[in-house]
Amino acid sequence: MKLFFLFVLITITLLIAVYLYRVLRGPTVFDRVLGLNGISTKAIILLVVIGTVYERVDMFVDISTGYALLNLIGSLAIARYLEEWKELAHDCE
Amino acid sequence: MTVNEIAEWARFVLSPVAIASIVVGLMFLFVAAIGVLRLPDVYTRSHAVSLTDSLGAFFVLGGLALYQGLSTNAVKILIVLILLYLLNPVITHATVRSALRSGLKPWSREDA
Repeated sequence: MKLFFLFVLITITLLIAVYLYRVLRGPTVFDRVLGLNGISTKAIILLVVIGTVYERVDMFVDISTGYALLNLIGSLAIARYLEEWKELAHDCE
Repeated sequence: MTVNEIAEWARFVLSPVAIASIVVGLMFLFVAAIGVLRLPDVYTRSHAVSLTDSLGAFFVLGGLALYQGLSTNAVKILIVLILLYLLNPVITHATVRSALRSGLKPWSREDA
């Protein structure tokens, strides 16, 4: 069973690399924000799987809840900022 | 039968279901990654990030909650799942709306 969860961990980490490519390469700044959102979703899942592997789900679930809330605040702040500063969005293309 | 015995039994019965659910969820996450890699612009990519990713997270986290059996941990994982379902659409909506308001044109077939 532990082997299966390790397989899940490795697969999700490889998927994070795909999103990281989109963050680094993405033509506009909005692509980067979306890529970061995807990475944070994967990180939440990853934390819960790590908790299952180490049999400490109660602790790791709290960490992932905090991560989700921080991700919400950060993404909303970036989105509002880009909405206000229109030139900035086009400079990054 | 005590509560602990029932919990152990539920865990034993549910673990194959949990594994199947996690595998299905990984498949959805894989499709979402392909979408992020291949789709042409922000508006189309937001579908991959928001919709498919949420469904994959539902199956993976639901499978992990089933693997925990009847316990507090399963409820906690489900709370994270509900939180994810509340927050993910908000973030995607805000990002795409800021993209539209800053004047980014949606992709059309003529651009290709």
